[in-house]
This record gives sequence, structure tokens and C-alpha cells, in this order.
Amino acid sequence: MASQFYMRQFTGSRIARLFSSSSTLPQNSNVKVCVVGAGAAGFYTAQQILKAPNTQVDIYESLPVPFGLVRYGVAPDHPEVKNCINTFTAVAKNPRCRYYGNVKLGSDVTFKQFRDAYHAIVLTYGADNERTLGVPGENLKYVLSARQFVNWYNGHPSRIITEDINFDADHCAIVGHGNVALDVARILLAPIDKLKTTDITEEALDALSRSRIKRVSLIGRRGPLQVAFTIKEFRELVKLEGVGSLLDANDFVGIDTSKMQRPRKRLTELMLQTLERNVSAASPAASKVWDLKFLRSPLEFLGDQSNKERVVSIRLAVNRLEDERAVPTGIEETLPTGLAIKSVGYSSSCPDNDIPFDARRGIIENDAGRVRGLPGVYCSGWVKTGPIGVIVSTMNGSFETGANLLDDLTNGVIDSVSPRGGSELIVHQILKSKGVRHVSFEQWEKIAAFETEMGSKKHKSADKVLSVDQMLKIAFS
Amino acid sequence: MLRVIQRALRPARLVGVRFHAEGEGGRPEWQDPKSEDEVVNITYITKDGDEYNVRGKVGDNVMYLAHRYGIEMEGACEASLACTTCHVYVLGDHLERIPGATEREDDLLDLAPFLKENSRLGCQIILSKELDGLRIQLPRATRNFYVDGHVPQPH
Repeated sequence: MASQFYMRQFTGSRIARLFSSSSTLPQNSNVKVCVVGAGAAGFYTAQQILKAPNTQVDIYESLPVPFGLVRYGVAPDHPEVKNCINTFTAVAKNPRCRYYGNVKLGSDVTFKQFRDAYHAIVLTYGADNERTLGVPGENLKYVLSARQFVNWYNGHPSRIITEDINFDADHCAIVGHGNVALDVARILLAPIDKLKTTDITEEALDALSRSRIKRVSLIGRRGPLQVAFTIKEFRELVKLEGVGSLLDANDFVGIDTSKMQRPRKRLTELMLQTLERNVSAASPAASKVWDLKFLRSPLEFLGDQSNKERVVSIRLAVNRLEDERAVPTGIEETLPTGLAIKSVGYSSSCPDNDIPFDARRGIIENDAGRVRGLPGVYCSGWVKTGPIGVIVSTMNGSFETGANLLDDLTNGVIDSVSPRGGSELIVHQILKSKGVRHVSFEQWEKIAAFETEMGSKKHKSADKVLSVDQMLKIAFS
Repeated sequence: MLRVIQRALRPARLVGVRFHAEGEGGRPEWQDPKSEDEVVNITYITKDGDEYNVRGKVGDNVMYLAHRYGIEMEGACEASLACTTCHVYVLGDHLERIPGATEREDDLLDLAPFLKENSRLGCQIILSKELDGLRIQLPRATRNFYVDGHVPQPH
């Protein structure tokens, strides 16, 4: 049985209703759907929509290359997380799916143009901005956002240059207690051999191998029971070879895990075990350490006396907890650091003013993926939910949006009868008139093959193409 | 009364198209049992409550077997223990007959939406003769579930 396509049984499901004789959907109609954003949310939503055999899904992406944060967010030492790329590739190769890379919503094609060209549109453009702390000194040299640091080691085309990162420092402070903060700490502290064979950029590998950073402190405004990181990532850091984990027993006084729910309980127990190991270990052989600082909020990043441009310390407010909320005690302290990385979350932007965007919450206004007030317009991923969750949450949320879209199609909420221009209009008229050349999935595969080939010469899984210009050059060669 | 749909036993074309990584068709789950001695019967219960009886065999991976028969179970990381997209509930006392979860599987389960006592990752369940009659339920995983009065665990 060679084919990888198998029948799915939809008896009793909404999709079965979609194909039943009572369906209002015209037979053989070609429902044109566009998905804007080729990250995990875009592909999982497309996968769901393509289950209806009369749909055509065009996926547009601002970069020439697909897969969004799976390519540019997932840490290079987590290659197994990227296996979902195989599923996305199978989606892209469905005869009813097309990929158009290098097409930007807002500047190349407006939201209205997409809407007019398709029966339905799904916005999945993600969260490409980051939250700020709103404290003085955030713009000092060597104060970075986690996004900048992650983009740097993952070779994003808009990454910062290596000289903007201070590896000639003993101490790095990371603000945030989420999984991205732990990723950043792990990359900074990992034995270089652990990274060598990954798709981390050569430049990052070189800089990290020369890094003098010996200690990484992760600063959180609340306590051990409020951390946002998860046990898998925490355990990985604890188990990192040659790296010591420093927790302070004072932070764990009175903590009782007996009544906690399982995930919080197991994580807290692991923190307590780590703490005990610290105390019992006679002399840890660790040459590098990391520590968790709780109940601290940055008030200001302070510059050098002689060279005010670069950060040398962070002024912190000491907090106490009141009903799980951090409340300042009035006490302050200063933490010296040569590199500060803010990992306090991503945020979505609004690339087109016709999109009903809730700037305060940083999401598109929606009900279970249906964009409010705009029939036929949907959203998935972080523009729908806010920038939280691992791949399973993005997948489930995308399936929900896709299923709701198919429901609306069945129930006639979406006008699927009047003809729409689809990619004929967007690609062959609008983009052509603007001189924008799109990248097809086959052309992306040329880029991918080039990256794999370059990588194999360096015993890496891939050596990424680092600029849009070079991507286009390979794609169109 | 839950429906039992034998048609699921017939892997076939179209209607809904399953997208899985190329090469999955070469996995052992795609081979039919060679003899009755190998057969392990398993029932999958979908999000919608539909039951599918499948004739698996000793050594089959519950997630890949589901893929063969078009059961809606994802497998984003392809059984490499890096995600929870194949999260399932093991019904009845079969749970005790499955070798316990490793630390790594438990760490991942902590991330699974609607975690229960009988939660496992489908990709970590390998069929054996003792598991004949295994019943696997897929969790409902969207926000719609909250309407049913289920209180999701914070995660």
C-alpha cells in the first residue's frame, strides 16, 4: 500500500454533512480560500479546510520561505519539534493547495484585495513584534529582546548582527520565566558540541564558542508557583552537561505540593529536587551556572559611567505576592550584567487597517476563529489567541478555525457561489503589476535542498540561507 | 448507542484526504496481520463519539495504526517525544497492561490539554497480545469543550 492518502470516515461529523445530498453547497464548486501566513497555524488550518474536496487553498507568506516559527522560533537543538514540517509539506503538495512566498500583506496585497479575490480568507500571520517592559534604558546597547536573540541564532533574515550581542561578559540576565527564556539560557550555556550538528547558523556557533558568559540569571516578577515555563524545558536545563542550576531555598519556604494539580505539582517537585541537589552536592564541577531570581521586576537598565551607551546593570524592584499578583515592597536592588535579554512575550501587529485588530489584547477580534463583523474572514494561531502555547494548542486552535469555516460554508454563511479571481487575480494581476515575484513551493524546495547540501558539508542538519536576496536568487536560478 | 463503523477498515482514496509525511506508508502498521496469532483488536473512539474497530497486530504503534485507518489523531513530531498532538485516553483496565510512561512522556503529558489520570501519548503505545480489546479515546480539544462545563487545567 504505497499511497499515503487514506479515507477518513466522517459519518456523523460536520464534514459528512458538508458532502451530504442535503448540503446547500453546489456540487463541483470551487471554493477559493486564502491563508495569509505559512507558519504552523496556516498549514494546520489549510489541512483542515482541504478535507472538503471542493476547496482550493492558497497559502501566502511574507518571507520567501515557509514554516514561520517552526523554522525561526524552535530552538536548533530541538530538531524533533520540527518534524511537523513533513506534515506541512504533504499539505503543500496537495494538488488543491498552492504556496506563494515573498508576498506581504499590507504592502504587496491589501486585506481588501485578498478578501475580494477569495470566498474566504484566514489570517494566520502570527506575532512578529515583541512586548516591551516600558522602563528606562531599554534601548541601551546589549539590551536585547529574546526575539532578537532567537532570530539571530536561527538565522532570520531580519536578525541583528553578532556585534550587537555582548559575549565578552561574565553574566547575562534574562527577564522572563517562560520557555523562550529557558531556550535562550540553554543556547547560551550549552556545550558547543551539542549545537554543532544542528541548523544553528555558523556565525552563531562561532560567537557562542567564544562566549565568556559563565552565569545566566532568569528574572521573574512572581514566585516559583507562577513560572510559565514547562517541565520539559526546565529539566533540559537542569540536565545540561557541565552547567549548575542554582535555586534559593528561601524562595521555596512553605511550598506544599500535595494539593497541586499534576503539571504544576511535577514541575514544583522537580524544582525542589534541584534545590536539594544543590545543597547536597559537595562541589559541583560546573564551570557555568544558571539561577532563577523570583519576585523581581526591572525598573531600569543602567548604562556604563564612562560609556553610557552599554548596559552594565539592572535596577530591580523586590516584590511580594498578593493573591498571585506581584506587588512592589519598596525595596530595590541592583544586578550587574553585561548582556540583558527581555523575554516577556511576543505581540501581533496589524499590517492593514481594514483588519479589526484589538490593539490592547494584541489579537484580531474573533469568536472561535471567526473574525467579528466580517463574514468569510477567519484567523488562527497567535493572531487569534495571543502569543501563547506550544504546537498542540496552535494545532487545535487551527483545526477549530478550519472546522468553523467548513461549517459556515455548509450553512451558506460564506458566499461560495459568485466567482472569485483567486490567485489569478492576486498573483497574475496585482503582484505582476507591482513587480513582485512570488516563490512557489517547488522553489522553496530548491532553497531547502541547497541548505541541506551546504549543511552536509559542515556535518550540520542544514546551513540556512540567511538573506532574502540569496533565497530569491536560489529560488529563481 | 455509539456507532461501530467497520468501513474504517478499508483504507481508500479521497473524501477526506489524510496528509501525512511521505514514507509513513512503509511503516509496519501498513502491513496486515499475517496470522490470527498476531491480531490485536483495538477500538478507537473519536472526538465525535464514533467507534472504529481496527484489526491491529503485535508491534503496531497506536498512532501510526490510527493514521492508516484515517482516525483523526495527529503526530506532529512523528513519535519522537517532542509534542502532545497524539494525546489519548486509555479506557478500562488496559491502562495497567501498558508499560508505564517514561519521565519524558510524563513531562509532555503535563502539556496536554484536558489531561486525565488515563492520559497517554498514542505514539508510545505498542500493541501486544495482552492489549487485545484495547479501547482508545481521543480527547476533545477545542474551546467548544469549555461550554460543556469542563474546567480546563491551567498549563
